[in-house]
This record gives sequence, structure tokens and C-alpha cells, in this order.
Amino acid sequence: MRTKSIEIWVGIFIILGLAALTLLAVQVSNAGGGSGDTFRVHANFDNVGGLNEKAPVMIGGVRVGRVGGITIDKENYGAVVAMDIDTRYDNLPIDTGAAILTAGLLGAQFVGLQPGAEDIFLGDGDHLEPGLTQSAIQLETLIGQFMSSLGQGDGGDAQ
Amino acid sequence: MKLLAGLGAWAIAFVARLGASFLFLLRALSGAARALPRFSLVIEQLYAIGVLTMLIIIVSGLFVGMVLGLQGYYQLVNFSAESSLGLMVALFLVRELGPVLGALLFAGRAGSALTAEIGLMKATEQLAAMEMMAVDPMARVIGPRFIAGLIALPLLAAMLSAVGVLGGYLIGHGQFGVDAGVYWSSMQNGVDWVDDVLNGVIKSVVFGFVITWVALFEGYDAPPTAEGVSRATTRTVVTSSLAVLGGDYILTALMFGGL
Repeated sequence: MRTKSIEIWVGIFIILGLAALTLLAVQVSNAGGGSGDTFRVHANFDNVGGLNEKAPVMIGGVRVGRVGGITIDKENYGAVVAMDIDTRYDNLPIDTGAAILTAGLLGAQFVGLQPGAEDIFLGDGDHLEPGLTQSAIQLETLIGQFMSSLGQGDGGDAQ
Repeated sequence: MKLLAGLGAWAIAFVARLGASFLFLLRALSGAARALPRFSLVIEQLYAIGVLTMLIIIVSGLFVGMVLGLQGYYQLVNFSAESSLGLMVALFLVRELGPVLGALLFAGRAGSALTAEIGLMKATEQLAAMEMMAVDPMARVIGPRFIAGLIALPLLAAMLSAVGVLGGYLIGHGQFGVDAGVYWSSMQNGVDWVDDVLNGVIKSVVFGFVITWVALFEGYDAPPTAEGVSRATTRTVVTSSLAVLGGDYILTALMFGGL
């Protein structure tokens, strides 16, 4: 009887341990969703700002994938962002646009997609049209422009 | 001259002990391999090492998570970044506190017990008696404990992290009213299964290995006296805690240092 109760306790222990691991996998980290099948789409940007790998890719605030890698295009020195998009969102038109946006004023940066109107859909390895991408807005550049425009205006406002 | 000789003697004794512990490790590993077919022995040890440590791990995990929730909220609310509370609590627990605090508690609760048990077995000549009966103590006594330590600590560390995250939720959501969806989603967006969770599990496997090794060696190597066993138990806790903290720095640098 004694060995039996020991075995039961060890069984409970193992189950609790595995349950904790499952909780960490499903509820705490991203193993539950998003790590399924994805297809890769590239987009060229002049400047990616503070975009990180694994940053979310969103359409209208809904996450559809994540940034898989950021590299430099050797020909024109622009940044190339590779995005891994879930295969269940495989009906993105080829004239989809992309912009690097910021969550809140100082939050993390992410890629926002604006679906276009074409009937042909993006597939694995496709590039977004370069004219439809919008680089990250850099706060310091913006402040610089604001300051210089203040300086050019009538001196009374600058004070 | 006397000082020099003392230093030399200390160094020689230290290196000899290091070598002895390594030889012991090899024998313990071969013992573990031979103990594996008799898994009921391992289950017995899993009860002593794992199940009996579970309570302290769960209770401390809950409190650590609650403290993280409190302190994290007090600081983050200054930057109105309390929406990142879940992410902060989870990363702290999964990357560091789960494996390290779990290992320290494990060293204190299970490691010391292992050393005292083996040391007393040696002092009362039970190990010698086993050898007389042609039973290899490495396979019968040391091996099952080694396997049990390796299995138990990763599970305990995962429990500590999971309970801690729930504790942080209890404080963050229950007391401060951080939105439940924000708490969990910031976590899911920021915590990576491989980079964070699995690396934490790898850490705790390494710590389980080190602690069990130190505890078993100290017990096996203890002078067969009451004082010897008591000193060996103290040394187990001190050595394995230091090894865990030092090893944690090295593992963190390797895992999260961009390699």
C-alpha cells in the first residue's frame, strides 16, 4: 500500500510539472498560436527605425504574423523586412502596402499592412511593391523638423 | 615557508577533490544507466526529492509572483506602462527566477537531504554492506537519486514559474485592476517559447545535474562521523548554491547574449 501511494504522488508530481510546462507554452509564450504554417513576404523600406525581429505584423490591429528577419538590400542599401504571415491569411492582394508603426507614443514598433484591391494574392517569397511601403517615423527627425520650422517662423512663437 | 606549504597543501587537496568528484560523476553516470531499467527505484527517489519539495516550491512561487506583481506595478505605473506588467513578471520568472530560485530551494530542501542520507548510509556502513552482498551502491543508491534529481528540478522550476505568473496575475488584476487580456497578451507577444521558456528549462536541467552531483558526492565523500556528515551537508548547500549562481551568469551570457 505504501509503494502504491508513493507512485500516486509521483504521478501527481509529474502531471503537475507537465501541466506547468504546458501552461508556460500555451498561456505565457507564443507556442500556442502563430508558430504554425507561415509564408514569407518581403518588403523594402528606406528606414526600419527600431523595428525588431519577432515584432508583430498587423492588419487593422489584428496580428497576422511576425517579422522573421531584417536585412540590407545590397543593391540600393535599403532595409528588407521579411515577414512570416500565417497561412490562414493567404488572401492578401499583391498591391498590399506596409508601414512601420509605433504602438502608442513610445511603444514597440510593428509592421502594419494595408490590403490593396487586386485579385491576385501574395505567395511565399513575394515582394511588396516598393512604392507602397512607408518607413518608420523617427521621433527625433520629427522634432528636428519642428524645431527648424519654429526657427523659420516669426521669432515670437519660438519663445 | 609554512604559509607557502599551507597554500600548496590546500591547492593539492582542492585539485584532488575536484578529480575525485569527477571520477565519482563518471561512476554515478554509469550507475544511473544501470538503474534506469529498475525504474521503481527512481520513482521512490522522485517521491523523496520531487514530491516533498513541491509544496515549498509552489508556495514560494506564489509569493515571488505576487511580489513581482507589486513591485513591478509600483515602478511601471510611473511610466504608465502597467500594461507590460504581465510581460515583465513572465520574463523574470521564466528566464531567471524559475530556474535559479527553484534550484536554490531545491539545493536547500532536497540536496541537503541527499547528502545527509548518503553520508549516514556511509557512516553506518550500509554502503559497505551492500558491496559485501555484491550489490553495487552506485547502481542501487546513487544512480536512481541522480536520475530523480535530473527529472525533478526542471518540473519544479516550471511549476514555480507557472504559479508565479498566476501570483502576478492575482496582484496585477485582482488588486490593481490591470486588464486580464492585456496581462496575458503582452506576455504572449513578448515571451518566446524557444528563446525564453526552453532556455529556462535547459538552465534548470543543468542546475539539477550540478546540485545532484554536488549533493551525492559530498555525501559519498563525507567522513563517517556525525560532525563529518553535518559539515558535508553544509558544504552541499554552499557549494551548489554558488555553482548555481555562477553557472547562471555563464548560461545567461551564452543564451541571451545574442549568440
